[in-house]
Amino acid sequence: MRVTADQTFAIRLELNGRSREALAEPRTQLCDFLRHDLGATGVHVGCEHGVCGACTVLVDGVAMRSCLMLAVQGHERRIETVESLADDDTLSDLQQAFRRHHALQCGFCTAGILMSCVDFLERVPNPDETQVRDMLSGHLCRCTGYTGIVQAVLEVAAQRQTNKGV
Amino acid sequence: MKPAAFDYVRADTRRQVVELLAEYGQEARIIAGGQSLMAVLNMRLAQPKLLIDINHVAELAYIELRKDCLAVGAGVRQAQLLARSTLMDEVPLLALAMPWIGHFQTRNRGTVCGSVAHADPSAELPLCLVTLGGEIVLESKKGKRIVKAADFFQGILTTDKRADELVVEVRFPLKSEGITYRFREIAMRHGDFAIVSLAAAIGADQVELGIGGVADRPQRRSLPRGAALPDALNQTAWSLDAQDDVQASAAYRRQLIRELGHQLIEGV
Repeated sequence: MRVTADQTFAIRLELNGRSREALAEPRTQLCDFLRHDLGATGVHVGCEHGVCGACTVLVDGVAMRSCLMLAVQGHERRIETVESLADDDTLSDLQQAFRRHHALQCGFCTAGILMSCVDFLERVPNPDETQVRDMLSGHLCRCTGYTGIVQAVLEVAAQRQTNKGV
Repeated sequence: MKPAAFDYVRADTRRQVVELLAEYGQEARIIAGGQSLMAVLNMRLAQPKLLIDINHVAELAYIELRKDCLAVGAGVRQAQLLARSTLMDEVPLLALAMPWIGHFQTRNRGTVCGSVAHADPSAELPLCLVTLGGEIVLESKKGKRIVKAADFFQGILTTDKRADELVVEVRFPLKSEGITYRFREIAMRHGDFAIVSLAAAIGADQVELGIGGVADRPQRRSLPRGAALPDALNQTAWSLDAQDDVQASAAYRRQLIRELGHQLIEGV
């Protein structure tokens, strides 16, 4: 595949379970493409150099920074954003726990944190607090702090373990 | 910020990559995980004419256990190597140091060879490679060449790699019997750039100590153990031309090398 700087490329990808297509220049970042061209404004763009974690999405199920990927690199991939979590009006277990534990105030960082948690809890279903804090070190939250977030993640992990046992 | 405009090629073979590098030279940049390069592009610190994406070059995505080394191809993500269940038996220093690379989210996409090619003086993988005496395999249209880690890193973000070359593989020597491996790092937060990072291969009488985050490239020193160690660590600390910056003073860096070095090596 070759796209010159002045061309656009028709990017086809699966976004939150639906097949989508739109045009993008080579230099367009994945985060901007998801927001501006596909309408997934739950993707928040903060620092644009991979530090703050607000733009974290799942690419083929794996948590990544969408500001550190190009839209063309999303071609033929499966992308999930925060919009994928709630089932109509019912929040996911993670979202409900975040609400219960006041794990957000302004919510700017939350979308990215939730997506990291989805991938993390798949791979580490029974984490301890140190592991959760280590995973969260990839996100900056400037209003709530991390205590509520850690509690929410640990609670969801414990709930899921219990449910699995039933 | 947003990147300046560039042409983009999604390469399918390494042949295609080296041919493009031969044609474009310094005007081309390789993108693998992009966890350093994308930030640089976003800030327009680099404005390449051509970006060559090697994420779809299947022949570069391998981890191979060989007689004397663990060879890691340019397509291998950091998370993939870290998840290797036998890593602690093969190259224990990597298993100890890799959790300190960036964050869970950046290790998911960042590659092992990409970090080596980027050559940040505070990065963990270049430090491991230098401490263990590893090698870097470079390929151009003209052929391959193998460079020792000590010769590869030449300064801040500066390596022996020529403009027409691709880092195709890095080789980490396997663990030696009777050697204990340890790693420590001090940063403002876990995952931030290291103020000082130390990697050690500790034998009965002697230790190979790698120091990152202080000089313009990772450094390695052979130090004695026992009573002579504190003096040797002090000399090492002063030999690295530590600098003051926003994160820490030169004096603090020297103190970390002395104190953490001693703790790391003697386990006290």
